[in-house]
Amino acid sequence: MGYKIIVLAKQVPDTRNVGKDAMTAEGTINRAALPAIFNPEDLNALEQALQIKDKYPDSTITMLTMGPGRAAEVLLEGMYRGADAGVLLTDRAFAGADTLATSYALSTAIKKIGEYDIIIGGRQAIDGDTAQVGPQVAEKLGLTQITYAEKIEKIEGKTIRVQRHIPGGIETVEGPLPIVITVNGSADPCRPRNAKRVMKFKYAQTPSQAAAEGGNAELIKARPYLNIKEWTVADVDGDVKQCGLNGSPTKVKTIKNIVFAAKESKKFTAADADIESLMVELIENKIVG
Amino acid sequence: MANFYTDTPELKHHLSHPLMKHIVELKERNFADREKFDYAPADFEDAMDNYDKVLEIVGEICGDIVAPNAEGVDHEGPVCANGRVQYASGTQANLDATRKAGLMGMSMPRRFGGLNFPITPYIMAADIVSRADAGFENLWGLQDCAETLYEFGNEDQKMRFLTRVCNGETMSMDLTEPDAGSDLQSVMLKATYSEKDGCWLLNGVKRFITNGDADIHLVLARSEEGTHDGRGLSMFIYDKQQGGVNVRRIENKMGIKGSPTCELVYKNAKAELCGDTKLGLIKYVMALMNGARLGIAAQGVGISQAAFNEALAYAKDRKQFGKAIIEFPAVAEMLSLMKAKLDASRALLYETSRFVDIYKALDDIAKERKLEPEERQEQKKFAKLADSFTPLVKMMGSEYANQNAYDCIQVHGGSGFMKEYTCERLYRDARITSIYEGTSQLQTVAAIRYVTTGAYLNQIRDAYETLHFDARFDVLRDKLKDMADKAGMAINQVVETKNQELLDLVARRLVEMCAHTIMGHLLLQDANKAPELFEKSANVYIRYAEAEVEKHITFIRKFQEENLENYRMA
Repeated sequence: MGYKIIVLAKQVPDTRNVGKDAMTAEGTINRAALPAIFNPEDLNALEQALQIKDKYPDSTITMLTMGPGRAAEVLLEGMYRGADAGVLLTDRAFAGADTLATSYALSTAIKKIGEYDIIIGGRQAIDGDTAQVGPQVAEKLGLTQITYAEKIEKIEGKTIRVQRHIPGGIETVEGPLPIVITVNGSADPCRPRNAKRVMKFKYAQTPSQAAAEGGNAELIKARPYLNIKEWTVADVDGDVKQCGLNGSPTKVKTIKNIVFAAKESKKFTAADADIESLMVELIENKIVG
Repeated sequence: MANFYTDTPELKHHLSHPLMKHIVELKERNFADREKFDYAPADFEDAMDNYDKVLEIVGEICGDIVAPNAEGVDHEGPVCANGRVQYASGTQANLDATRKAGLMGMSMPRRFGGLNFPITPYIMAADIVSRADAGFENLWGLQDCAETLYEFGNEDQKMRFLTRVCNGETMSMDLTEPDAGSDLQSVMLKATYSEKDGCWLLNGVKRFITNGDADIHLVLARSEEGTHDGRGLSMFIYDKQQGGVNVRRIENKMGIKGSPTCELVYKNAKAELCGDTKLGLIKYVMALMNGARLGIAAQGVGISQAAFNEALAYAKDRKQFGKAIIEFPAVAEMLSLMKAKLDASRALLYETSRFVDIYKALDDIAKERKLEPEERQEQKKFAKLADSFTPLVKMMGSEYANQNAYDCIQVHGGSGFMKEYTCERLYRDARITSIYEGTSQLQTVAAIRYVTTGAYLNQIRDAYETLHFDARFDVLRDKLKDMADKAGMAINQVVETKNQELLDLVARRLVEMCAHTIMGHLLLQDANKAPELFEKSANVYIRYAEAEVEKHITFIRKFQEENLENYRMA
């Protein structure tokens, strides 16, 4: 017994380690100054997928990402941690996509993959912070969605039970398969890379990488599992008008550099009464407790 | 987001030693596994890249999981309930991570599910793990008991037990008893063969057993009734699934608190013989101990690294009299000596690992086919080098770990005495390393024969003094030459007296003279190859070692046999 799982992952600039040169003078992200990483909540999603596979070893996990050629790194990273295969959706026509165009592109790729029980991804990416892609993919595929998932409790037949992270507690919900789930950062962290899998997959490449100078084309021919699928708009029968910049109604009007400043400040003395009132406020605002 | 492998370039320097080419060839044997296992390397470069990538995983787990858990584990510790051990929650998380990363059974052959790594990268992983949490190294590092099982168990036992170790089950070596510590010949745990059960039954008590509630135990027990010495002892495999061994209590220790040290009660515990009867102590445990001693040396080096890192960071940060304390020569001298001792003991650690690798790989080849005469000679040479270097590195690695942990607190001043700082835990964790798996005094006993037979000096003169270095290292090279000469003179002076008591009394000094000279040479080689990493340490260490050698030779030269009387305390 196993489930067919698709993990949606995104390669993002590491905005957690922002240095002085992280932004250009125009206020856009200076991608050269920020290392590209596996979007953190997508790693939480991958872990949930791997836990399903731990319980149902016949399950398969396919990583899906959209991005430039180097985005294949996140697919590889997923394979090192336990995913079975990866698909890179890459085409100039996909470039400049907002969440709508991204969801469209991902949904066409998911249709091409064909069989799936669970589509799972992080709640949101740390570069855009929209949390829109997962839900939009669900809408485009006409599937039920569970967002803010923290733990997949169990799967029985065609029903999945999931704990959701909600303000002040946990909500447990059930939904029918196939389903789209987005995972919150409070879920289990992803397991480390596995030594044997790293040694097994370290030469995996997309056809473009393999064909380039110094690529591993010959090795991949002998060991087909090293091939990372690479699909263009044409491969997924995509409508170019709905992809990339063409398919993105979102327009950036202006970008501002915002410097955080304290707007209202309160002074507390070391007196018991002041400390008491501070604690009451912090507990009320759920900052502590 | 720390990586304890990539942030320490010294490690990769040692991993890429020229001798690794030969080691990989011996270990991979024409890379034949490539056809059977999808994770086996295709050639030397591929194998080295595998080691590098896997050590990166080790470094990441240690930086992100094991090190951050260390303080909690130290506070929480394991508990014993209903005869079983429950690890601290952080320990459990560490074990889960290392299991999922597939870091158990690293040196085991692939047919058992292992990674078939040489000892050198395995020991490097132990070095990294120890820096993160020395107590956790004990649990993770006990996987090297598998080496002994692999060497002496039968094929059926290997298939049943080694596959489980490679899958993440833990091991223990049950040797010590209340009346048998350093003197293992006195082991009394009773093994009797039961015709009814068709297996051996173990009865008795073991004490100070690290990870005593392990899944698979190697047990030293007395199989020959009526005997009282080492020749009546055999080695057994006890599988926890069989039942019969309970943990009576866990010791309350000074350090390495995450590692449960257990008192075990055996009641008709079913066990199977490993190898032949009567060879338990004299052959198998000796092999087991040699592997474990290398592991403790790695533990010491890891602690030394942690101590140096903590001290360096504090000295840069702490300001007194208007400047960072690292700017004061008195503090900088401590730090530079800490780094030099760290680099020196690490150089000795990997030199020894390489010797072990070569002779063990040849031993393993000898199981498949007869060795060629030159291979046999090589096997003999490297087995002897490994045997002679192991006590040296166990002693020096653990002693320097203690010294560095001490100096780390000194650099911290009053703050270092407080529980808030890591250095306090390092100090407690380091303390056991010069005691268990044979005290420094017992390492001296093991090493002294190589002092008196000239084995160390021969290695220095034939293998080290013949190397060529950049001319700017001439001063250091001359110092090392002088140190070797002085060690030789001191050895001769003592040996000529034919006074065993005198030899025993100054043995440690003689061993240290050899150790200092050897480590100085190794650091010189490192400095010549990677001056940016090691030139300072080579200078600092060799000057320090020169003074230590002077100290010892002064003591020995001026020592009269009649002075012995003053040292007799019995």
